[in-house]
Amino acid sequence: MVLDWLPSVLIAVALSLAVIGAVRRVSLWRAGQPDKVDLIAGLMAMPKRYLHDLHDVVERDKYMSKTHAATGGGFVLSVVLILAVHLFGVDNQILAWALLAALVLMFVGALFVFKRRMDPPSRISKGPWMRLPKSLLAFSSAFIILTLPVAGILPEGTGGWVLTIILSVVIAMGLAEMMFGMTWGGPMKHAFAGALHLAFHRRQERFGGGRSTGLKPVDLTANDGKPEILGVSKPKDFKWNQLLGFDACVQCGRCEAMCPAFAAGQPLNPKKLIQDMVVGLAGGTDAKYAGSPYPGKEVGYAKGGPDQIITQGLVDPETLWSCTTCRACVEECPMMIEHVDAIVDMRRFLTMEKGSTPNKGAEVLDNIIATDNPNGYAPANRANWAADQNLPLMRDVKKADVLFWVSDGAFDMRSQRILRSFVKLMKAAHVDVAILGDEELDSGDVARRLGDDAAFQSLAKRNLEILSQYEFKTIVTTDPHAYHCLRNEYGDFGSDALDGVEVLHHTTYLNRLVQAGSLNLEPFKGGTVTYHDPCYLGRYNGEYEAPRELLRSLGIEIAEMERSGFRSRCCGGGGGAPITDIPGERRIADMRMEDVNTTGAELVAVGCQQCTAMLEGVVEPRPEVKDIAEILADQLIEEVH
Amino acid sequence: MQPNIKQSLDIVSLVSIGQHPQSGRVRRAEQDGRAVELGMNLGGDNLTVLHAGDPQEQALRTYAGMGLSSMQVLNLDTQDDAVPALADYLQQLRPDIVLTGVRAESGESSGMVPYLLAEKLNWPVVARIADIVSVEDGVAEVMLALPRGQRRALKVALPFVASVDNAAPEARQSAYGPGIRAQIEPLAAVKEEDAVRSNWSEAKAKPRPKRLKVVKAKTAAERFKAATAKPQGEAGKVLKGVPAKEQAQEIFNLLLEEKVI
Ligand code: SF4
Ligand code: SF4
Repeated sequence: MVLDWLPSVLIAVALSLAVIGAVRRVSLWRAGQPDKVDLIAGLMAMPKRYLHDLHDVVERDKYMSKTHAATGGGFVLSVVLILAVHLFGVDNQILAWALLAALVLMFVGALFVFKRRMDPPSRISKGPWMRLPKSLLAFSSAFIILTLPVAGILPEGTGGWVLTIILSVVIAMGLAEMMFGMTWGGPMKHAFAGALHLAFHRRQERFGGGRSTGLKPVDLTANDGKPEILGVSKPKDFKWNQLLGFDACVQCGRCEAMCPAFAAGQPLNPKKLIQDMVVGLAGGTDAKYAGSPYPGKEVGYAKGGPDQIITQGLVDPETLWSCTTCRACVEECPMMIEHVDAIVDMRRFLTMEKGSTPNKGAEVLDNIIATDNPNGYAPANRANWAADQNLPLMRDVKKADVLFWVSDGAFDMRSQRILRSFVKLMKAAHVDVAILGDEELDSGDVARRLGDDAAFQSLAKRNLEILSQYEFKTIVTTDPHAYHCLRNEYGDFGSDALDGVEVLHHTTYLNRLVQAGSLNLEPFKGGTVTYHDPCYLGRYNGEYEAPRELLRSLGIEIAEMERSGFRSRCCGGGGGAPITDIPGERRIADMRMEDVNTTGAELVAVGCQQCTAMLEGVVEPRPEVKDIAEILADQLIEEVH
Repeated sequence: MQPNIKQSLDIVSLVSIGQHPQSGRVRRAEQDGRAVELGMNLGGDNLTVLHAGDPQEQALRTYAGMGLSSMQVLNLDTQDDAVPALADYLQQLRPDIVLTGVRAESGESSGMVPYLLAEKLNWPVVARIADIVSVEDGVAEVMLALPRGQRRALKVALPFVASVDNAAPEARQSAYGPGIRAQIEPLAAVKEEDAVRSNWSEAKAKPRPKRLKVVKAKTAAERFKAATAKPQGEAGKVLKGVPAKEQAQEIFNLLLEEKVI
């Protein structure tokens, strides 16, 4: 071929530029704080994580998973072979044929990408992403033609120098996108950053089907108990692998489509938030962002840099306070990005450094600190709800099979109905159960989600101290938020109080009782029933089955909502959202009730006092809202002595 | 509203250790917090936040968490009287305005500190202010808080002592970070034992019977008026142009009648 040195030069140039870009990009991530990860083990595990963990999520969209497998797989294979065939000039027909096959695979994949991009859903970003399918097609087709002579299909030198020049231009375009763009911030960046993010993820436990949902504690002991900065104020305050994670975002908008705050018209869009973090880590503005904005906020005015305070110009604090920490975004993200960690990190700065928790935030935190409950009730009255329940106190008995963790529902009359129902069931099953009474303190959930990790840690440590004085095998609680703290977050404070203790949600425990035949229940005769999965029970703890099995044991056939199980929509009550109360166009609870209504249910079963409060806050007429404990207690056939 | 300050001001906000009414736990006292808030709004950097007591007390950090870089603490033991130490310190510092709460949430809670200090310093005292509107040529315009949201504007010459009412703007949120980082500077202080207090013994308060207000209202409008209007004391007497001695006698008689003394 005439000018046959041209393609290899282009490849070499693109490759070197890609390497330079990669070094630059890595240095941007390294501006973050150190975090210990096993680099070698991470890299070794990366292919497996890509094939399993990442693809398990992508697989939820069959079209996209096949498309991506073809395009991505074809591309990776092609690059390896292109280097061999066209850069190092290995003259081997088998290799050339293999390269042709890889390129065709990639080409077919790219056609499907192209098709999806013809009428893209609103959640995916446009802008440079719209040219990606064309670049993919250009890259694969140009290399196919270039490879034909090597494979012996066309004679060498076909087309003369005119074709070579045309081909080279197309190749240059394709290479620019695929190699140069990969490390210089183009759409293909997701492949480079994504692969490394899988290797160096901050929550390695998530891979292989694991679950890791507890927030990481703030180190309050740093610098002699006077840490220089609490939480994240600037992008460089994030851990380096969090920055890397932001960079992995493909702007697919699956998070946006799931976010209840976005749907409610509150100024939050998890995708835009992650993109703003990318703007922050690289420096610049959001002018090039081509996806949906934060509802009610125009794009183009956000500015940031690694050393600039995020909440002064890059992200409005209201955006951070709109989040209910429901984890729907994290659950849905194919790149396994951790939105909630980032949001809470930035909230920590606003609360612990700026003292600017909005609306009722400051008051609630003051109450939690002064009275160990968010409403400022007298701590001595915590066990008043149980005055007629004849429940032993741990203080007196020291030892019980089950410790019932009551939570702050103790102070709330509606929640007390759930507590009493649960106690009734426990008594009917003759379980040896005791409570802490007024020794129990708020779990710290709200304080932590509002960013006050100091208050959370103080509560956690004092609760653990109390727990360590007594003997029990199991803790059961009716509050999924307390459940999450006890099960997933209290472990960070060096106490052995919960060693060997099983922490359970009441639905799990009651289900065991029912399956063991310890409860004598009458079948449910009411109308249609649906079940709302509380975020902190489902996505945070993976318990989707026990509540359903319980309902089925009453003969109920659950009319499932479209968004249920791991895709359940939040009730709007988590993360302190009702306290910070950022206005939107709709209320999240109303939207959830619409979900309920589409099933035609007359009763919505829940497993959380907070969900109960939120859903019951929806104006009537609406279906009845009951905790599963209440439903069971109503069906209990009591023994007559 | 931004206060209209036309001169440099040295302000001292006095703070005590508060006590939560439900849990009894130490905290930032409500009114003292407002005194600091007002001081911060007025004085910016020329604000001294002063406490007389134990510099190790953690509750002080909740004031510092409002964004103070430092606090001064006159190092006293529990049995010492705060007033002589404060008076001595203020005598030397000679600030323009001293802000206090109306009464402390713990200890004697007599509400006497602003008065005793003003007496010792020979300054005027303004009780229960809601705001300081302006300071110009050595004269401050303050808003007094009266019951039921009413206000009275008052001019007072610097320097003065003012107690801050619950009607003043609420103290800003206290943040943990600035709180732990603030410098707490212990100062040597004049120590005088509080002889009166040492003879006291503390006991839990018993709820007092409340006098019921019988409202004979028939319509909603009347009920609303009864709930919001200023009570019209029928038995009240206005004494004008009568010698002070007779006025005092009249008050004394009333106190006797109401079994207050
Ligand atoms: S954060 Fe994840 S889910 Fe959201 S747009 Fe980016 S890759 Fe998609
Ligand atoms: S956690 Fe829930 S509310 Fe928060 S950003 Fe993610 S989806 Fe939205």
